[in-house]
Amino acid sequence: MKTGVVRFPGTCDEVDAQLAAAMVGDTVILWHGDRDLQGVDAIIVPGGFSYGDHLRVGAIARFAPMMESVAAFARDGGPVLGICNGFQILCEAGLLPGALLPNVSLRFICRQVDLDVANTATAFTRACVPGAKLSIPIKHTTGRYYAPEATLDALEADGQVILRYAPGHNPNGSQRDIAGVINDRGNVCGLMPHPEHAVDDLTGSSDGLRLFESMRDHVADASVVA
Amino acid sequence: MRARILIRPKAAILDPQGQTVQRALAALGFDGVANVHVGRLIELDVDDPAQLEAMCETLLANPLIEEYEIVSDPSGDPTTP
Repeated sequence: MKTGVVRFPGTCDEVDAQLAAAMVGDTVILWHGDRDLQGVDAIIVPGGFSYGDHLRVGAIARFAPMMESVAAFARDGGPVLGICNGFQILCEAGLLPGALLPNVSLRFICRQVDLDVANTATAFTRACVPGAKLSIPIKHTTGRYYAPEATLDALEADGQVILRYAPGHNPNGSQRDIAGVINDRGNVCGLMPHPEHAVDDLTGSSDGLRLFESMRDHVADASVVA
Repeated sequence: MRARILIRPKAAILDPQGQTVQRALAALGFDGVANVHVGRLIELDVDDPAQLEAMCETLLANPLIEEYEIVSDPSGDPTTP
C-alpha cells in the first residue's frame, strides 16, 4: 500500500503521519499546490493549522488544488483519513457530515484519551476487536463535533459513528461523545484524536496503529477484488 | 459598493465564547445583559452585490453552524472602511 500524506502551509503533523503509515507500507508527501496523487492507494489529510486557520478552521484548505484531487479520489471510493485539522477540512469540503466547533472550555487541550470503537466493520477500524478501547492523544482547540440532531440519528443508525470518547473522556463537548465518523459510503473517515502519535509503546501507546493496519488490510482486500 | 457581512453562531448551538463574555460583563457590574453571542464581521467592496449570498454560502460562512446577514450600503464610499 502507498499512502499519500497531504501537506498544506501550516500543516504540522504530516511527518508523524508519514512515519505511522510507513509502518504498514510506502508513503509520499502530497503538496497542496499539486494535483498529482502519484498513484497512492490511500490518503491522509493530517493535523496542523492549514492556512493559519484563517476565516474558519479548514475553510481555506478545502480550495487547494490537491483537495480537488483528494475529493475526486474519495468520490471514486478511495480511502481518505482526516486527522484533527484534516477532519475539519473534510467537513468543510463536504466529504464528511457535520462541523467542528471550538471546545466548550475554549482552551487548547492536549492529553491522552480513551476511545471506544463503536464500529469495527469499517476500512479504518477493522483491525480492532469488537468492543475495543484505544488510548490515543488529542490536541486541539476546535474539536467539538456538531451536526443537527437528525443527522446524528442517521449517522448512529448507519454505523457511521466509529469512535466515541469513553465515558468521562469527552474533552471538548462533542455531541454524543463523537470522536470519529465515516461518510455514508464508508471510505472517508475523520477523527479528532491523533492515531499517528500513538504508534510506539515508547510514547505510551501503540493503539493508533490499529487504524493504519485497518487501512492496509482494506486496500489489500480491495486490490484482490479489483 | 461597500458591504458588511455579519456572521454569528446559530442560535441553537452552544456559544461558549458568548457565555464567557456575558459572565465577564456581569463580573464587571454590568447587570441585565443576556443572550450574548460573539461572531465575525467581514467588510468588502464588491462590484456585483448579487454575488454576496453565494460568497457567504460557499466560503464566508458555514451555513451548517453559522447565520449570516448581509448589510449593504449602496451610498457607502468603497474606499473608506
